[in-house]
Amino acid sequence: MVGIVDYGVGNLFSLVSSFAAIGVEAKASGDPSFLLGADRLVLPGVGAFGDAARALRRSGLQEVVLEAAKKGTPLLGVCLGMQLLLEKSYEYGEHPGLGLIPGEVRPISETILPELKIPHIGWNALHFVNKPCPLFRDLREGEYVYFVHSYAGTGCGETTAAVTEYSAPLTAAVWKDNVYGCQFHPEKSGPVGLRILRAFCAKEVEGC
Amino acid sequence: MITKRIIPCLDVRDGRVVKGVNFTGLNDVSSPVELAKYYTENGADELVFYDITASAEGRRLFTDILCETARTVFIPLTVGGGINTVEDFDRVLKCGADKVSVNSGALKNPELIREASRKYGDQCVVLSADVKRKEGEFRVFAKGGREDTGLEAITWIKRGVCLGAGEIVLNSIDTDGVKGGFDLEMLEAVSNAVSVPVIASGGAGNIEDFITLFQTLPRVDAGLAASIFHFGEVRISDLKAALKKEGIPVREV
Repeated sequence: MVGIVDYGVGNLFSLVSSFAAIGVEAKASGDPSFLLGADRLVLPGVGAFGDAARALRRSGLQEVVLEAAKKGTPLLGVCLGMQLLLEKSYEYGEHPGLGLIPGEVRPISETILPELKIPHIGWNALHFVNKPCPLFRDLREGEYVYFVHSYAGTGCGETTAAVTEYSAPLTAAVWKDNVYGCQFHPEKSGPVGLRILRAFCAKEVEGC
Repeated sequence: MITKRIIPCLDVRDGRVVKGVNFTGLNDVSSPVELAKYYTENGADELVFYDITASAEGRRLFTDILCETARTVFIPLTVGGGINTVEDFDRVLKCGADKVSVNSGALKNPELIREASRKYGDQCVVLSADVKRKEGEFRVFAKGGREDTGLEAITWIKRGVCLGAGEIVLNSIDTDGVKGGFDLEMLEAVSNAVSVPVIASGGAGNIEDFITLFQTLPRVDAGLAASIFHFGEVRISDLKAALKKEGIPVREV
């Protein structure tokens, strides 16, 4: 059973549906005992970092996510959920993240060419970096996934698993031990996205 | 490199897909769920569901169909039509929409854009504008192109972006349904005026029109069309192959 952390932010319908489409039972819940008992956790998120981080803390689920990550439950952050895994964000101020992955969330305007549009919306290609990430075991280099974001992880070092090119490389995925994050939306990335979610549910992703 | 997006638009009334020519003379085409699946499997980068239902019953039917589609289709879904309040956003987002497009509702109450973008993020709010040349300017029309708002289009669209719209769908009433190509002049004016993605709508008649669009206006991010896709005049896979051949970046099917 996959537990989708429901802390009142964002739309969980598509995530639940996409797991159903690959034959994996998934449930969105805000119940700590259910989430701590789940085989795998997904941390979703949309909107602004500060609001989401606050909502996660207030819901009491931040401790649940941290505890699950600590005991080795595979955890997948999606979009803003990935950004929350990092140490800090500079979106409208300065906000602490969960610190499960090194790095900071910064506006993509700092790195991309000024004539490019923000948000970075649309289908862009994944380029794998560092050691092969189990999430991408069924993907070829250069396959397309769907992005929607104006901020991105920086300084993630060797935990960076994939980047995408938008006049500069942007962090597309991170991975450290049992903690995974995708800046893009696997649940909106067609068959490629479903292959990523299937890999997340595979035996190889056991955590440590 | 980010790809140019090809977006079929499904106008839905009472649970069926229809397509008008210059907004009148609607014809039934097919089931929204079937069409959505077909497009997803054949290379559409995104889908737009436009609800042109008037009745409350039709709206419930639309919501059910949206849920059914979103359960089986895993590409971005944008929903528009009859969006007047933040509650309307909530209704369609809960059914699996990813973005919500506002048009007449935002013209009536521009603050809707601000409220919705604060609540759901800029990426969720698409400002759709029906624009027509009138008295020497680009004029915004409301209510499916029937009502002249008196607003100049660039001014309105810039205001919408300022209020929090994360994307613009520019539909040229002058070229809509004519199949003579996109309205390049209008699209150029708008895409030069805003920094958010612009989706071209109205006028696509063949593959060449898309090639011309992206070659002439590299700042335009996506092309949207309905009938040429629904009636099989243009297959998305053929369109993408042709764009790729011209060096225009597309997501390969």
